[in-house]
Amino acid sequence: MLNSFQEGVLVICCVNMIAVLGMSVLTGFTRLFSFGNAGFMSIGAYAAAICSVQFKLPFVLSVLIGAAIAGIVSYILGSLTIRLRGDYFLISCLGFGECVRVLFNYTKDITGGANGYSNIPYKTTGVVAVISTVLAFVIAWNFIHSRYGQALTAIRENEMAAAANGINVVRYKKMSFVFSAIYAGWAGGLYAHYLRFITPTLFNLGKSSELVITTVLGGLGSLTGSVLGTLIVQILPEIFRSMSEYRMLFYGIAVVLVILLRPNGLCGYWEFSLTRLVQKIRNIGKKTAKENSHE
Amino acid sequence: MKILLQQIITGISIGSIYALIASGYALVYSLLDFSNWAHGEVCMLGAYVCFMATQVDAIPFWLACVIGIGGAAVISFLNERVAYRRIRNNGSPNMFLMIAAMGLSTTYQNLANVIWKSKFKQLPKLFKVGTININGIFIGKTDLLCLVLSAIALVILLLLINKTKFGLHVRAVACSSRTAGLLGIKIDRVIAMVFLLAGALAGLAGITYGMKYNIYPTMGNVGLKAFIASVIGGLGSVPGAIAGAVLLGLIETVVSGYISSGLRDLISFCLLIVILLVRPSGLFGVDVQEKA
Repeated sequence: MLNSFQEGVLVICCVNMIAVLGMSVLTGFTRLFSFGNAGFMSIGAYAAAICSVQFKLPFVLSVLIGAAIAGIVSYILGSLTIRLRGDYFLISCLGFGECVRVLFNYTKDITGGANGYSNIPYKTTGVVAVISTVLAFVIAWNFIHSRYGQALTAIRENEMAAAANGINVVRYKKMSFVFSAIYAGWAGGLYAHYLRFITPTLFNLGKSSELVITTVLGGLGSLTGSVLGTLIVQILPEIFRSMSEYRMLFYGIAVVLVILLRPNGLCGYWEFSLTRLVQKIRNIGKKTAKENSHE
Repeated sequence: MKILLQQIITGISIGSIYALIASGYALVYSLLDFSNWAHGEVCMLGAYVCFMATQVDAIPFWLACVIGIGGAAVISFLNERVAYRRIRNNGSPNMFLMIAAMGLSTTYQNLANVIWKSKFKQLPKLFKVGTININGIFIGKTDLLCLVLSAIALVILLLLINKTKFGLHVRAVACSSRTAGLLGIKIDRVIAMVFLLAGALAGLAGITYGMKYNIYPTMGNVGLKAFIASVIGGLGSVPGAIAGAVLLGLIETVVSGYISSGLRDLISFCLLIVILLVRPSGLFGVDVQEKA
């Protein structure tokens, strides 16, 4: 159906979408910024890779273990740093991401260091990636529209008012942080089983800021916006292949413009909804029917 | 012992470059309460402007340096004028300033990559013999030059902030920009001047860094180290930033000399996290009155 190049684009797009969805739950719904999610991605990727190469575990289990380890690490980190003020939290995440990268570079015996970790079996096909992404989206959507998600939105709108209404701010913030880390770890595990070869530099600060940029472009507070953002960020450069060196340049400019002109991102708080669309089409049908009957 | 002494001098010299950038972070943070992520890139662009100027035969090296410093100042000023001021006037949360700065930083880094390619560029070497020998202790002449230039610039900065009328305005705005505005200080002008000043310092840092090492598009990452330094010293405090920078430079050279150069960055980032957890206000624990 798809040739290998198109499948590659699809897989990369899906992997990034999962990570961005996690980021969207954290940033869009709690207004916490993390520049360390590439660190969680790399933890997930290395854990999953080691599980399936060294311990010969099945693919699904190793990806789950990768995501779980990323979640546990983020829980520990979150317990320490979540109380810090917005920009201090961001800085501590940034420091954490860089620490992970340097550490994986240093532990040559386990991770292969800068030479990378190879011989990972190829498991993430297009179908697997798409199923994972749909699953990730459904889980995130339900999470956001649950009691917990509403608490997160309340914290975003006014932290003090939320606390006064009996929402445990620290606990919910930590929850969204762990959620985003699990998603990042999940994405990392899939990524490792697609590339078959990973190095610590894949998950550098640039990757973290790419995730943040995508989330901001798509819209802070909209899951469908994040999907749209990822599609734009990942697929446009594939179409304009000859301009690939300008890719990050354009995104940098785009972020500045979006922040200046449309601070809530492309979608803002607006979610694409199928039922609403169907209703709109029906309304149009009714209107024309009415007009017809008038005539 | 001699090696240790040599490393201390190298450390202080690297620290002085960090200090130039870190004081820019501190100045901007004290006024606007946000971390100007694009600052490291201003430093990189300053170095490139200086390099471009040295390519022209008619321009002597000292003039090229001045042009580089001026260029960096202008870029920093334009950042404020085009992006930050608008966001401030929109009444958007401070977070958005930071995202905009991040966008600018990505833009500049990739712009440099497109214009000058990723090849390393070198500023001309000033000295034929690289080191001075004092009783068996070898000191790099470039290191010394960095140290002296940065020290002069920082002393001028401190005098400017603590002794002049402009400095008084800066401190007033840092204390409370609304009150300062009510008392007749033109806040936007003060902020613009501070961005010019911070940009000039960053330009000097870029040029000295370029003389010591090379110039390349991702050299703005040195801004990250400077940022750690300003956190160590306490965000928003210029003397704290300088002290933090020198401390960080010393720690880095000693770690890479005695433990492992691969662990150098790990230790500086761990230090950052530990400082944030134990003492978020930094070693110098500035409170609001002492900002700037």
